[in-house]
Amino acid sequence: MRWYIKPLVFTLCLVPLAWLGWLWWDGGLGANPIEANNRYLGGWSLRFLLFALAVTPLRELLGQPALVKFRRMIGLFAFFYITLHWTSYIVFDQFFDWIEIWKDITKRWYITVGMFAFLILIPLAATSTKGMIKRLGSARWNKLHRLVYLAGIAGVFHFYMIIKADFREPIVYGTILAVLLGYRVVLTVKRKRQRGQRA
Amino acid sequence: MLIKTRKSSDVQSSEITLKSVFLERRKFMKTAAVAGASIAVPGLLTPQSVFAAKPDPKRVKLPGVIKGPFSTKEAPNSYDDITSYNNFYEFGTGKRDPKRRAKKFKTQPWTVKIEGDVGKPGAIGFEDLIKPHKLEERVYRFRCVEAWSMVVPWVGIPLADVLKRFEPTGNAKFVAFETLHDPKQMPGQKRNSLDWPYVEGLRMDEAMHPLTLLAVGLYGEVMPNQNGAPIRLIVPWKYGFKSIKSIVKIKLQEKMPPTSWNQQAPREYGFYSNVNPEVNHPRWSQSKERRLGKFLKQKTPMLNGYADEVASLYAGMDMKKNF
Repeated sequence: MRWYIKPLVFTLCLVPLAWLGWLWWDGGLGANPIEANNRYLGGWSLRFLLFALAVTPLRELLGQPALVKFRRMIGLFAFFYITLHWTSYIVFDQFFDWIEIWKDITKRWYITVGMFAFLILIPLAATSTKGMIKRLGSARWNKLHRLVYLAGIAGVFHFYMIIKADFREPIVYGTILAVLLGYRVVLTVKRKRQRGQRA
Repeated sequence: MLIKTRKSSDVQSSEITLKSVFLERRKFMKTAAVAGASIAVPGLLTPQSVFAAKPDPKRVKLPGVIKGPFSTKEAPNSYDDITSYNNFYEFGTGKRDPKRRAKKFKTQPWTVKIEGDVGKPGAIGFEDLIKPHKLEERVYRFRCVEAWSMVVPWVGIPLADVLKRFEPTGNAKFVAFETLHDPKQMPGQKRNSLDWPYVEGLRMDEAMHPLTLLAVGLYGEVMPNQNGAPIRLIVPWKYGFKSIKSIVKIKLQEKMPPTSWNQQAPREYGFYSNVNPEVNHPRWSQSKERRLGKFLKQKTPMLNGYADEVASLYAGMDMKKNF
């Protein structure tokens, strides 16, 4: 792989954030910038989560095993955008009103589900280093990181539940997620069968 | 003696300007204008000013508007905020869709049908509907169920004064309203995001309350299309979706009429939908609201701050049950 590919992908991953900065500066977020900011970050959180989940199927389908080198980076960017989205909710939307936040978590399902997705991604981000993979051992590490599938499902539901009418957008995300997860299910079943035949 | 008469088309030498001098002068004027303006208005050279919009030719002043009662002293939101952040699903579900997609919406000619339990039913043209009344400016708080709010200087007439002209009968217990259904003009109606046409309703005493307005404008001007032109309801103590836009039918009846959001999600939106910080909504806490343009949220008062005027309408009624 050429030396500049990784920095290039890294920079590309920062483009949505740069664009958000421009929108703040330009007044492009409209009459309710706090809501627009939150929606924007939420949208990119979900997109990056799907990008991260697309790496493994793509590298197998395209026969490009080297793509795995981007998996951690994209996954961490997903966590980065989700953290910004979460911060935007805590700081801009609620301004640290912990009582209201707790009420939101316990009474409003889309917040419950969103918080859940954020919480289960924290250990994944924390164990993303090479040292942590070694300490956990790759089998246990792999098992732990399967939590990302659950986070993806929770993320799509979180988005679906906030929409009042016209569900086209969350349905598109849901379909993509279903394909990405379905691919893994099919593959696992196939491998199990092959193993079974060999035995 | 030679007398030279001057034709009007002749140019006097003093009027002749060399082209180069002319261009220099132009350049100087431009520079001076920009420099002058940016001193006068700091922040003029922000990116948005590069694409600054020209004044909208469709903005027409309404004549003879008088100051009406019940106006709040709170600062109104800007014309730009009020007209660029709208829930008007007939033109799309995004907040900015209505402004963009309602540009060509035709509001002339416009007819409103008045039906049901009235002595004088019929179809009446928009101008004839308005003509007998004085237009009043009412600065009201506007609270959306999505927990944001604005202050809007509406222009309109009390709904009660209009309804009285059509002589409601003793059977009239409720008023049902209907928005135009015209998917050709209203692209949002091509999808089943809601069950079209949009319908709303009020109890008769709510409709006859002096706060309830048929609005035809804002900021002293003709109602912008994206805000529900040419005529819409304003019920300031209820969540915004009760204030139905672009009305084509008003029907007085004995039975409680169906309402659009209630049909969409009965658990979330009741018939009354009075602003009530104590009634928990499954999507939004209603105890606070974000006033557009402010960073911190503020507490939502009971009945959107109109409790003194309208709380008596609900005396003895369980407002949590009848949300």
